[in-house]
Amino acid sequence: MSKSLSKHTPLLDVRNLTMKFGGLIAVNALCFEARRNEITAIIGPNGAGKTTVFNCLTGFYKPDRGAIILTDKDGRSHSLERMSDFRINNKARVARTFQNIRLFGGMSVLENLLVAQHHKLMRASGLTIGALLGLVSYREKEREAVEKASYWLEKTGLTNRADDLAGDLPYGDQRRLEIARAMCTEPRLLCLDEPAAGLNPGETKILNELLLDIRDQQNISILLIEHDMSVVMEISDHIVVLDYGCKISEGSPEHVRNDPGVIAAYLGVEDESEVRL
Amino acid sequence: MKSKPSGPVSTPFSSAVADAGIAAFIALLLTSLVLGLRTTDTPAGLVLVPRTGLVVLAVSIVFFGRLLLNMLRGKKIPSNLRINTLAEYHSRFFVWARKYSGRIFLTAAFLLPLILLLAERQTGARMPLRYWFDIATLVLTYIMLGWGLNIVVGLAGLLDLGYVAFYAVGAYSYGLLAQHFGFSFWICLPLAGLLAAFWGIILGFPVLRLRGDYLAIVTLAFGEMIRIVLLNWYQFTGGPDGLSGIPRPDFFGLTFKRFGDHTFHGFLGIEYSSLYRILFLYYIILMLALLTNAVSRRLRRLPVGRAWEAMREDEIACRSLGINTVNTKLTAFATGAMFGGFAGSFFATRQGFISPESFTFIESAIILAIVVLGGMGSQAGIVIASIVMIGGFELLRNMQGLKLVFGDGFDPSLYRMLLFGMAMVAIMVWRPGGLVSARRPTIFLTSGKTERDKRARKGEKQ
Repeated sequence: MSKSLSKHTPLLDVRNLTMKFGGLIAVNALCFEARRNEITAIIGPNGAGKTTVFNCLTGFYKPDRGAIILTDKDGRSHSLERMSDFRINNKARVARTFQNIRLFGGMSVLENLLVAQHHKLMRASGLTIGALLGLVSYREKEREAVEKASYWLEKTGLTNRADDLAGDLPYGDQRRLEIARAMCTEPRLLCLDEPAAGLNPGETKILNELLLDIRDQQNISILLIEHDMSVVMEISDHIVVLDYGCKISEGSPEHVRNDPGVIAAYLGVEDESEVRL
Repeated sequence: MKSKPSGPVSTPFSSAVADAGIAAFIALLLTSLVLGLRTTDTPAGLVLVPRTGLVVLAVSIVFFGRLLLNMLRGKKIPSNLRINTLAEYHSRFFVWARKYSGRIFLTAAFLLPLILLLAERQTGARMPLRYWFDIATLVLTYIMLGWGLNIVVGLAGLLDLGYVAFYAVGAYSYGLLAQHFGFSFWICLPLAGLLAAFWGIILGFPVLRLRGDYLAIVTLAFGEMIRIVLLNWYQFTGGPDGLSGIPRPDFFGLTFKRFGDHTFHGFLGIEYSSLYRILFLYYIILMLALLTNAVSRRLRRLPVGRAWEAMREDEIACRSLGINTVNTKLTAFATGAMFGGFAGSFFATRQGFISPESFTFIESAIILAIVVLGGMGSQAGIVIASIVMIGGFELLRNMQGLKLVFGDGFDPSLYRMLLFGMAMVAIMVWRPGGLVSARRPTIFLTSGKTERDKRARKGEKQ
């Protein structure tokens, strides 16, 4: 089995994914792949079904039809459509961020990153009871978790805010902290829902560098929803374009940029438009 | 707190006046009773003669003296020792209070009852010790219940209006186990805790998907259900007759009875007093409350506690990080319920009689009010809120002096719910987070414990 797993077996294989809300077909028989150590972007106009795809991937929605298969390095495959949300993170190792940032605002930055390492720490604490009775040495593991957290704080440039409340950080820092928190769960696939939304050009540049670093240094694949084309075109290896729940184009940034179908979807066939491509 | 100005924020003169004003206020507090009132023997009996002039004199001496001192020595004192602004007074007071008040309070809780008992023995003064110990025990029971509920409401953010159900489960567990099997208090205590935790999980399952208002309604219904079952299951619980003759706890096999083989006073060779049993109960609830506090503080620093708090902040984010929110909620319910069960079995052994009437909704409401008024998640706030509320109710009962103002038919304790409501509104307007709303992170990146330490550390590195 592991023989057949070559570099070309995609990390994530989405087949015929369909999701309906009542009569509305939000995602219609969508097929795409996300390859290993690549940044795959999903783009499309508002309401195209991008976030729905993410919610299906991460278990927040149960798709009506289709398969989502994640194959890890050892050749084991996980059927994400059958797993519940917390198991997808825990077992299949898919981490995500949210379009509207969902940090633990009342907790410190460092605590946010420790919550992300819950399972490791829970085991180390002897499922709480051990540590409560002083049976296991939990300190050492906690120190390791703090080290991991400070590694990501360093990467995201948040070290000097570590003991501040996450809710008190400026917007751009919160975006990066959410990525750091997702990375602390040691994912195979990192799903980012509009990570550049609301960032200024300087912050966007820092974000690009961070994402490229995650791909190249950490060897982690990224799936990205983004409206900001300066992010998408610059860092993606592969782009999937959705419109009304259907895939209308797929390929390299260069290919997608010149695809008449994409231009029509974004700009309208005859209309002038506000979207820059 | 973030950055302290090196000099005064306002002009030196106005801050000096403010400082002198504070000193004068303290002087007023001190002198108003000591100097301001004088007892004089008249034919009609002992009367109080106010001496306002003396108080005004003393306060003004303090005010102008302090002002003069401030003006004279303003420049000589190093800025970090000088307290220049009201805000600084405020923050320093809280730093000091945070540092020492816990220890002072704890020492007092341990030693004061013994000192009072000895003092009464030695001097022969008649003090209402039994009453005081009873109140202290009651307050501690509510502190313990508050700390227990705090795990569910303050940490996990699950609004529970039926907490008294677990208190009832604990009380009836002990009552029934003692009646049918003759188990002693010390065996029943953990059993009652376990049974209550079990009921916590039973409650937890159906409400897993609920949050906020909906959760509150279901927990409210659960609390009422337990009470009504206790009321109507006559063969098992005795219904409205309740359970009586619940055995008292023993002290390593020594009982607190007047006569018998293994009595406490007989063992120590001292004279019998009914106060020993009251005091013993006080120390039991003190230890139980401290256990609750220690466990919940420890849990907060463990992954499960952080998961509880994370769940309070954002449940969806929790799930996206691989946290099983079902288990996390159930552990919160079970842990909170367990401490409620401990407190319940203590209540049963203290009263010797329990009936469903003790476990009405108003009890849940009071416990929840203590948690909310104290500041969600704050251990110290709950202590303050319990003392203020339970102690305040008792104080109200004793304020017969108000009859002089409002006439003979006035019963101050009838107004307690009104005052309670007003206090609640006032707190929610002026301190929406509760009395103690500051939350300290459970872990710091730098080993420095305070902002100042951290800053000093950073300074060294550069």
